[in-house]
Amino acid sequence: MLEKTSPTTAELGQVLRRRWRLGEKLIESWIFLAGVLTIVVLLGIIALLIKEGLPAFWHTPPWEFFFGTKWYPVSEPPTFGIMPFFVATLWVTLVATAISVPIGVACAAYLSEVAPAKVRETVKPIIEILAGIPSVVMGFIGLMLLSPLVQSTFNLNTGLCGLTAGIMLSLMSLPIIISVSEDALRAVPDDFREASYALGATKWETIRHVCIPGALSGITAAIMLGVGRAIGETMTVLMVAGGALAVPVSPTDPMMPMTAAIASGIGNAVRGGLQYQALFAIGLILFILTLAVNLIADRVLERQKRKFAR
Amino acid sequence: MRFSRNKTKAGRPVIAILLLVGLVTGLTGCGSDVINIVGSNTVTPLSAVWAEEFMDMHLEANIAVSGPGSGAGIAALINGTTDICQASRTIRPTEIEQAQANGVEPYEIQVAIDALSVVVHPDNPVSELTFAQLSAIYTGQITNWNEVGGDDAEIVAIARDTNSGTHVFFKEHVVQMQGLPTEDTSLEYGGDVLMLPSTEEGVDQVADNPGTIFYPGLGYVTDEIKLIAVKRTADSTAVLPSIETALDGTYPIARPLLFYTNGEPTGVIKDFIDYCLSSEGQAKVLEVGYVPLP
Repeated sequence: MLEKTSPTTAELGQVLRRRWRLGEKLIESWIFLAGVLTIVVLLGIIALLIKEGLPAFWHTPPWEFFFGTKWYPVSEPPTFGIMPFFVATLWVTLVATAISVPIGVACAAYLSEVAPAKVRETVKPIIEILAGIPSVVMGFIGLMLLSPLVQSTFNLNTGLCGLTAGIMLSLMSLPIIISVSEDALRAVPDDFREASYALGATKWETIRHVCIPGALSGITAAIMLGVGRAIGETMTVLMVAGGALAVPVSPTDPMMPMTAAIASGIGNAVRGGLQYQALFAIGLILFILTLAVNLIADRVLERQKRKFAR
Repeated sequence: MRFSRNKTKAGRPVIAILLLVGLVTGLTGCGSDVINIVGSNTVTPLSAVWAEEFMDMHLEANIAVSGPGSGAGIAALINGTTDICQASRTIRPTEIEQAQANGVEPYEIQVAIDALSVVVHPDNPVSELTFAQLSAIYTGQITNWNEVGGDDAEIVAIARDTNSGTHVFFKEHVVQMQGLPTEDTSLEYGGDVLMLPSTEEGVDQVADNPGTIFYPGLGYVTDEIKLIAVKRTADSTAVLPSIETALDGTYPIARPLLFYTNGEPTGVIKDFIDYCLSSEGQAKVLEVGYVPLP
């Protein structure tokens, strides 16, 4: 009996192994296709942006497009200068980053290093829910609650300005920054902390000189994700940034960031028309901007890794 | 990458939302007697009431109204993505050319009249303005209310964004003073003018902020904002916007509200437009706050 069954088991095993191999092949090719698909979609988006956006530079030379301060798409003849939008995007992103990075990293350090497990388990999901609030709701909150407050606090003519938009954006990028930074801090091995305490360092010194430097690559990634969110966010800035066409000289001026400019003009643009091309060109510039942010983040990560590899 | 897991986690809801949005827009697009009306934010409250009434009478009809702006509506007409374009300005010759190049023949039907009302905060003592003053305010030459007889306070001029027919109508007729001796077609909105994405938001801002000025359609005027009497020149009499003054032609910033279709309307679209122009349909115009056709 034994002699008879053992070959069958071996056969069975072979069949199973073959079937498993087939399954693995299928899954492998599925994953491969999924990977290829994302690349194809990405290349398609780039190709579309270039195809629709580049012709804008035939009628408006690039330097006039970048440094022009007049955007009158529905006038005869139309003029397209995106300097006000570009500066507005910089202001809004700057305000959002200046607020969200210190708060976000500090909150992550608290959650990972100081807070008891119970607090962390309750607070982290709540923070992640904050990330799920739709941007149009954030726009409403900005419009109804924050803009009157900003107006009275800074004694402005109107609360619809870059500062209001930046504060709302900081609230939207906070959850990303906290969540990713906290993961990064928790990934720092406990040996590091123990060694630090053994040398007589206090908790603050350990966080400041051991944990945060150790997790810096992850924190940088978190900040870049947050900045990316702030640059690309549209609905909130459309609603609360004010939408003025002058080049903003201070964050308390009403302004129209690039995303808002695209959103407030694209419905009106005839496919293939001058304004349509100009709006796609803004899209192309936004894309290049976010690409640059990602490349810089990569460079920082690389340098960080080399430093720790020593 | 250590953190790649988190990135994919963050991306998942986005994909789900995109799918949902695609599904919803896909569903609303199908069905037999669907009429799409796209265009002016100003005409939207009126079209919405007409659509509701018409759907009550014709159960098989399904009308979707959206109001991104006249320019957007005309673009949709040219691109063939809407049945009716509602507009608060007339179509431009260049737009007719673009439409014809796409095989679309814009057909114009006037459905009502609107008096574009200039409004300020109720606490503002200013009660009348000339076209020249309005133009100076919106081009940024006048920046303080005391230059037009008000308090010493900065003016916050609010306009609609470029999607809006109101933006273009106000620019051509008031900012550039079309038809007046002082007409200057090189004038544009000043850099400090707030361009807001909807008329409602502008009205809310005026109700909340004492320094503001805005120009909603008559249908959007509420008790929380104050109407300004407008005069063409310093010598003419100031006229408040109302149904009477728009009808008798004394109010200077009245304009036609229009529907555009591709060629003369037929079938259910014709039925709908016939209803809008009927005496019942025109009675609704008054209810919404616009001026019925004479």
